[in-house]
Amino acid sequence: MRLDGKGQVDRGTPVRFHFNGQGFSGFRGDTVASALMANGVKLVGRSFKYHRPRGIMTAGSEEPNALIQVGTGDAMLPNVRATMQEIYPGLETRSQNHVGPLNMDLLSVNDLFSPWLGAGFYYKTFMWPRAFWEKVYEPAIRRAAGLGRMTRKASPEESERAFGFCDVLVIGGGPAGLMAALTAARSGADVILAEEGAALGGRLLSDGESIDGMPAEIWVAETVAALRETGRVRIMTRTTVTGAYDGLTFGAVERVSTHLPHDPDLPRECFWRIRASQAVLAAGALERPIAFPNNDRPGIMLASAIRTYLNRYGVTPGEKVAIFATNDDAHHTAVELIEAGVEVSAVIDPRDDVQAIGDYPLHAGAEVIGSHGRQGLKSIEVRRGDETFIVAADCLGLSGGWNPTLHLTCHQGARPVWNPTIHAFVPLENAIEGLHPAGACRGTFDTAGCLGEGVEVAALALRALGKRIRKPDLPVADDHSGATSALWAVEAKGRAWLDFANDVTTKDVKQAAREGFASVEHMKRYTTQGMAPDQGKSSNIGALAVLADTTGRGIPDTGTTTYRPPYTPVALGTWGAGARGKGFAPQRFTTSHKAVTTRGAPMIEAGLWYRPSYLPQPGETHWRQSCDREVNMVRNAVGIVDVSTLGKIEIIGPDAGAFLDFLYTNTFSTLKPGRVRYGLMLREDGHVMDDGTTACLAPDHYVMTTTTAFAGPVMAHMDFVAQALRPDLDVRFTSVTEQWAQFSVAGPLALHLLNAVLDDPISDETFPFMQCGAVKVHGIDGRLFRISFSGEHAYEVAVPAAYGDALYRDLVARAESLGGGAYGMEALNVLRLEKGFITHAEIHGRVTAFDIGMQGMMSKKKDFIGKAAATRPGLLDENRERLVGMKPVGPVKELLAGAHLYEADAEPSRVNDIGYITSAGYSPTLGHVIALGFVNNGPTRVGHHIKMVDGLRGVTTEVEICDPVFFDPDGGRARG
Amino acid sequence: MIIPCPLCGTRDQREFTVRGHAVGLDRPEGEVWSDDWHSFIHLRENPAGRTAELWYHGGGCGAWLVVDRDTVTHEVYGARLASEGRA
Repeated sequence: MRLDGKGQVDRGTPVRFHFNGQGFSGFRGDTVASALMANGVKLVGRSFKYHRPRGIMTAGSEEPNALIQVGTGDAMLPNVRATMQEIYPGLETRSQNHVGPLNMDLLSVNDLFSPWLGAGFYYKTFMWPRAFWEKVYEPAIRRAAGLGRMTRKASPEESERAFGFCDVLVIGGGPAGLMAALTAARSGADVILAEEGAALGGRLLSDGESIDGMPAEIWVAETVAALRETGRVRIMTRTTVTGAYDGLTFGAVERVSTHLPHDPDLPRECFWRIRASQAVLAAGALERPIAFPNNDRPGIMLASAIRTYLNRYGVTPGEKVAIFATNDDAHHTAVELIEAGVEVSAVIDPRDDVQAIGDYPLHAGAEVIGSHGRQGLKSIEVRRGDETFIVAADCLGLSGGWNPTLHLTCHQGARPVWNPTIHAFVPLENAIEGLHPAGACRGTFDTAGCLGEGVEVAALALRALGKRIRKPDLPVADDHSGATSALWAVEAKGRAWLDFANDVTTKDVKQAAREGFASVEHMKRYTTQGMAPDQGKSSNIGALAVLADTTGRGIPDTGTTTYRPPYTPVALGTWGAGARGKGFAPQRFTTSHKAVTTRGAPMIEAGLWYRPSYLPQPGETHWRQSCDREVNMVRNAVGIVDVSTLGKIEIIGPDAGAFLDFLYTNTFSTLKPGRVRYGLMLREDGHVMDDGTTACLAPDHYVMTTTTAFAGPVMAHMDFVAQALRPDLDVRFTSVTEQWAQFSVAGPLALHLLNAVLDDPISDETFPFMQCGAVKVHGIDGRLFRISFSGEHAYEVAVPAAYGDALYRDLVARAESLGGGAYGMEALNVLRLEKGFITHAEIHGRVTAFDIGMQGMMSKKKDFIGKAAATRPGLLDENRERLVGMKPVGPVKELLAGAHLYEADAEPSRVNDIGYITSAGYSPTLGHVIALGFVNNGPTRVGHHIKMVDGLRGVTTEVEICDPVFFDPDGGRARG
Repeated sequence: MIIPCPLCGTRDQREFTVRGHAVGLDRPEGEVWSDDWHSFIHLRENPAGRTAELWYHGGGCGAWLVVDRDTVTHEVYGARLASEGRA
């Protein structure tokens, strides 16, 4: 029911929204919970296990009951707390976990079976038969005991991520947080102030207090204005700090647009990583309920929540309210209700000596032992001494005291400390260095104390930062926190709920202890207490207190379960924000990307790069047609392919040659300017790391090429070798992969084509095989390398990347006029296979130089990375699987990469395995399929027939082992 | 974890990759296989506590660092350039 003249919602702006398909009206500033309450809705959901009717219990993110589905279609989100979801025009919400309408849930039959459904029920009952668990039991249980529905699709409403940096992060915008932020900002610190709610103020907006003689919300507004005036405070409302990580790094979720109608320009949420030099935790405290039989009816809620709904939203959850509390603070709630015109039918306080502070019936020394009302509270049963009586109430406020919100202080393993005076755990001193708790979260519950601690703790942070401290004046406020006593659970017959979200009662906790699950961590897992989306915020301490009573160990010895991030549930799409699709794997495009995609080339990924598979011509319907044509084109005319993706590393310095000698197995210091050499790199364990060519451009100046895949690892390796192993060498290097666009021009007409684009023509004599040098390409300074990965007369021409697109198009056009053209990765692969050139399909990490027949490249005259390890006898064993070529010789003509090899007459079994195929492809030049692979003692078995068996694809092929070089074995074509 | 790169300042660990214990700096002399080589390539202590590790600032300046840190508490005591040697 809405109350006149109360609350801070915008009464001038009505907002229509839907709950379970029915239209409701609220005001801007309402949450779904407050708006439903204003409309008299009490039943908002069904409980997890017993499907009991449930209502709103809290006014914050700790809500265990009022979990709803928000949104429609793939954007629907389950388990949103109705107490946090602000309403906006068109908002669609639904209740969860019921079959049929909410008020007649068919699964509420579960509640009748509750005597058998206690702790450990599933573990004990669904043991047998074992195979039934996955197929039968679990799906049925999951349907019955659910927490909303997943859409199973990625949300179309994207979230984003951001990084924040500050001198002081203040977590929580209540009295302590506001004063801490003001102190820090006025002392010259850059502050981020993160507040979970929609507005700053914390309990000051709820409690109806006054500060400095003015209503607290006015003081809050003035303080916020003062914060803004400093120009040093980034105020982040609707932002929950979810985790405290190493080095004062915090995770935080900002609800950017969840309170607004869908706007495609806004992210749903933003996941922040905030690095702070110092931090203040001013997260407040959470009120705890009291366990008594049937304490879970709609209408039973926290006393502090009643006060929040009253003062902040101007609604009352009932017309006849009772309060059951162990502390003075909850009596103020009764007074405020009366002042607002709401009837208070009773205040029940278990303390004998307590006095009423207002005009309400007080039952001191009494306890609530039961409740009545099927889908909403009608009355409560009260016991005082031997006498029991009924009190009419449609709302009951519970207050069993307050638990400091110390979660973040425990995120790095610290355990909280029991404070017997306030009957609550408080943060361990210095639990996280640089994170300073202040106010209610460290057990200081009076407003004046919170304001003062905010200043003091900010001063600690500022001292650590070396700032001069300028303290603001302390405002005058209530310094009375009131007395409290401990009452966790009322002794009475019937099920008394501790964990409302997971339907765990005091009986379950006691049973767990009886059955041996007496450690708090075991009890938690056995009963599932604290394992619902609310993570037991309102039940953990109560449950461990009941466990402590049952075992007789006492609360401090029982201890708490482990507090882990996140503080509140975080949607998966928010954790992963910015890391989906291209955010996860950025795309790298070559300068020829547009030219080849315009020609309809299907692109394949090579690391993050995209390269054309083949370039289809009109009439070609199968990739093999295009590939075969492109291979023939290179062998007979000229082909162009972009090779810019290969790593290019420029190496300069007087010791550049010595550095290369140490990196490569073979010698580079003897390489003359203008010459190129093929090099092989090992890892320190003696296996091949990478290969490529390195050109000597000038004395002390080289440019190395790596394979596309290993450009990054080779760079990191070179950095390691230069810095960690050979800091004595005077050498510098840098990656220039993206600075140069480089194209291979390959085929018998390569020289002819190239001379059409070079300002000064070259010839076989002036530019022999493995020559390199500076050239001018259409007047642009470029580099030319006469190297070949196809076995043809070939060059690689490099120009600054800005000219890549133009040069590629020009080269392809000229090649086409000569009967050639562009070729792609498929043809490139076939060309290199025909020549027996290796790629990372062959040098896959378990292969030595000996295995690929390159042991001769391991210099005996110098040390190099991997030299010692490569001399191990096991790496030079004749019987190792060594590189060979293969061709089919029987009726089956297929060879498949990944297939294994066996003797012709052997069973294809693991023990008979003698090798495997690494690369295979159809050679149009030879007219049959060819393959490279590794065979035990392979090079000595050329001419032998073995068999290939591909168990996955069901192919068996008779194979002849041959030399890996299938075409032009003496290399005459490349040398020209 | 925050790593104080001597060249870039304090940076988030996401900019770095780890290579293992700083014993990786002690490359043995000699070009033939030996127990020293075996130890250098294959054997590592796995301390629960304070240790020196090699980290690569690949998402930053490209420096290899020796990071002095605690594997249990994640506390980082300091970092220096690997090029300055082991000790």
